Amino acid sequence: MTRRPYIRPVRRYSWWLSQPRYVRYMLREVSAVFIGSYTLMLIVGLLRLSQGPAAYESFLNAVQSTAGVTLSLISFIFALYHSVTWFGVTPKAMPLRMGGKAVPPAIIVGAHWLVWAIASLLILLWVGV
Amino acid sequence: METITSDVAIVGAGGAGLRAAIALAESNPGLRIALISKVYPMRSHTVAAEGGAAGVIKDNDSFDNHFNDTVAGGDWLCDQDAVELFTHEAPKELTRIEHWGCPWSRQADGHVAVRSFGGMKVERTWYAADKTGFHLLHTLFQTSLKYPAIERYDEYFCTDIVAVNGACQGVVALEMRTGQLRFFRAKAIIIATGGAGRIFPFTTNGAVKTGDGMAMAYRVGVPLKDMEFVQYHPTGLPGTGILITEASRGEGGILVNKDGYRYLQDYDLGPPDPWPRKKAMELGPRDRLSQAFWHEQQQGRTIKTVDGEVVHLDLRHLGEAKINERLPMVRELSRSYVRVDPVDAPIPVRPVVHYTMGGIDTDTNGATRIGGLFAAGECACVSINGANRLGSNSLTELLVFGARAARSAADYVAGGASAVSDGLLMEQVEAAENRVLTLFRKTNGNEDIVGLRRELTATMEAGAGIYRSEDSLRESCEKLQEIRQRYSSIELRDKSNVFNTDLTEVLELKSMIDVASALAVSAYHRTESRGSHQRLDYTERDDKKFLRHSLATYSAQGEPHIDYRDVVITRSQPGERAYGGNQD
Amino acid sequence: MRQAFRQLEVLRYDPDTDSAPHFQTYEVPCQDDWVVLDAINYVKENLDRTLSYRWSCHMAVCGSCGLVVNGESVLACHAFLRDYPEKIRVEPLGNFPIERDLVVMIDDFVEKLRTVKPYIVSKKERAIEFGETLQSPEKLAAYKQYADCINCLLCYSACPQYGLNDNFVGPAALALAHRYNLDSRDVGRSARADVVASNPGIWECSFVGACSEVCPKNVDPAASIQQMKIAITADYFMRLLMPWRKP
Repeated sequence: MTRRPYIRPVRRYSWWLSQPRYVRYMLREVSAVFIGSYTLMLIVGLLRLSQGPAAYESFLNAVQSTAGVTLSLISFIFALYHSVTWFGVTPKAMPLRMGGKAVPPAIIVGAHWLVWAIASLLILLWVGV
Repeated sequence: METITSDVAIVGAGGAGLRAAIALAESNPGLRIALISKVYPMRSHTVAAEGGAAGVIKDNDSFDNHFNDTVAGGDWLCDQDAVELFTHEAPKELTRIEHWGCPWSRQADGHVAVRSFGGMKVERTWYAADKTGFHLLHTLFQTSLKYPAIERYDEYFCTDIVAVNGACQGVVALEMRTGQLRFFRAKAIIIATGGAGRIFPFTTNGAVKTGDGMAMAYRVGVPLKDMEFVQYHPTGLPGTGILITEASRGEGGILVNKDGYRYLQDYDLGPPDPWPRKKAMELGPRDRLSQAFWHEQQQGRTIKTVDGEVVHLDLRHLGEAKINERLPMVRELSRSYVRVDPVDAPIPVRPVVHYTMGGIDTDTNGATRIGGLFAAGECACVSINGANRLGSNSLTELLVFGARAARSAADYVAGGASAVSDGLLMEQVEAAENRVLTLFRKTNGNEDIVGLRRELTATMEAGAGIYRSEDSLRESCEKLQEIRQRYSSIELRDKSNVFNTDLTEVLELKSMIDVASALAVSAYHRTESRGSHQRLDYTERDDKKFLRHSLATYSAQGEPHIDYRDVVITRSQPGERAYGGNQD
Repeated sequence: MRQAFRQLEVLRYDPDTDSAPHFQTYEVPCQDDWVVLDAINYVKENLDRTLSYRWSCHMAVCGSCGLVVNGESVLACHAFLRDYPEKIRVEPLGNFPIERDLVVMIDDFVEKLRTVKPYIVSKKERAIEFGETLQSPEKLAAYKQYADCINCLLCYSACPQYGLNDNFVGPAALALAHRYNLDSRDVGRSARADVVASNPGIWECSFVGACSEVCPKNVDPAASIQQMKIAITADYFMRLLMPWRKP
């Protein structure tokens, strides 16, 4: 009659399926893959640009194809999800205190979105949209 | 049985036990210290204390004030030499734990803040929001981790003290995870196991408060002192008994009956205004407030709920901001457990058993009459609390007497212990082992631990509650004897060795029976009313006969032998406990 | 007060007789203002004396009664039946070895807590005669929430990193390290760094954030870990660029 502590097995590859919050976490992490691949695509674009108009033309065609647009859209959604969750947690990583009180998290998050909006506006204006 | 040897073994790792362990480790790094607890230290019931810890700190306060408030609050049953030194050491201990990191709430200038508390003339209750006990306990536990000399034995249930020839030799404990008994051989033992509120059915106390340390000391011949004095905290939640801190009244909360009337003014605690006002109305002493409830209930002026009669604690006038800053836990508890937001509605409350003034008879150094056996905290009775404890004296008591008991134990160990024959020792150790084995081997038992426990708590509430009488107490004493007989017919349903809580609950029930008998018999013999011991048949205080401590000594027949010892009076002669009016 | 029957499906494990844990179902007549702990106590008192579990205060401050109820890590005394369906599945805290029934071994946490030095490390011992160290309400507010940890270990139960790698120091221990790092009376940040800033320390955390979501006391251990990542990274660069600076 002795102790026999039981260690419950951990599902090494599917643990994240057990709870919605883990699925959301994995999606957030996986967004890196899509953001990464999109970045690669942009680098390839630069490369094609350096290889002359014909190469660049075929690059643009690929990007504008159905597959290309779908991939870009998926990447955009993941990038957006990443930004939303990233901005959302900044108050936790950078709590600010002013005048003896904690700055409300909404202000910190809002400030990030504001900067994003201004930057986006400037970029869009600059590219002539 | 395996023997674990140390210089000092501490039973109980709450505020007093941890303070003692740290004091020992600091006094002599070479000491081997065994800190034994039936639960992990952070689960000890110190954690639930809310309001604060008293210590003179303001310029307009004095040790005399704290002394007088405490002695009057205790209805002159306090040993005044003990109260004297307690008041002097209080601010030092509270400052020391501040140095250890306790997050005391602060004034704007960075000094420790203090609040008003029941029965106290000047604010002197240091507080950490409304979770003072929690912060004290965790500060002590975390600080104790600094000292490798403190060896912890978590989830070891102590069953018996081993004493030979009037000197303590150690304790026997059950290692809960293996079911094995161990003999902790030590030159000195400090008992710091807390009170015994669980012998009553409605209590603020957690499951652990079953009086095991009191019972162990009692069974080896140390008297239990002043056991009849049990404090009912006036404001506990109905049903669960969850504590709503006195601080809610310190911040200005009021108590009203079913007519919305602040009834305390009818009980010599008024006038109701100005409010808040120290030592008046809702800031009167706990025994008087609980007794007022009982009278209101008799008159049919309390509010009926599914969980019994209540009155209303109204905090609405304090406003949301103040409630969130000073009483956040009160708000959370009320919203969760009774679905009432104190910002919008009054909280239903009733008196519930909260604290045991009585306990193991010790002197001001935490020493008992058995050499090498010490006690501190709620399980001990020095006595600084007398017949009724003032709120916020208890947390300070843990620190002051935890440290004093440790110093005494260290001196005792340094003084060299006498050798004892192994034969005598093993005889007792085996007797302790047999007590547990008998439980395991019992078959054909026809008693059920849960039923027996319910009968015990029911008879305590009926016979030894807020108001007692000769008949009610006699009935309880007889009932307890009956329960004691029937206890030997309990059969364990769980026969496992690993973490057997059926076994530990049955062992706890034995402690509860012992403590309850000491209480009921002591109450029966005290034919007066004083502090929290109120009798319908002897309504007045009788200083001629009873300015004395009751001493209940264990006897094998079950009912204790009762003796008396004069209270130490130094400079405060028994007077009238005056509350209300305009004290300043 | 309404009473209705609920099914409590409880994970049992007796090392004497079981090779592995298994579920056992109890029919429990519950009052509607009960918490899960009340239902479990009912089982122990009236149906099955052999059920082992930890509990004490019944007011969410002692941290004893952490369990996984319907898949979520909660305190049994603070999990209100009004928030649960009729079928309630009760298991011990996740990511700890099961000793017996709902009792897990928490030795790993207690040891890890010790290694982060969760106590004031001060420059100089201050004499009692000088009174308390001054600390403004502002300075108290800087660390106070991290001092509210009741060591209930729901965070360890919910943390997938702790589940996958039991070297991880873990949320509560790290939050307490942060509590002391932020306390104006403490100078122990560098003393804690060997454990806190190590790989099994803050760097094992990938900010899943489950710990903060289940914390019953709003300690926000996830926040404390991210803040330490920033602080420790800043420390690193300061040492690199200005090695003459005292830590």
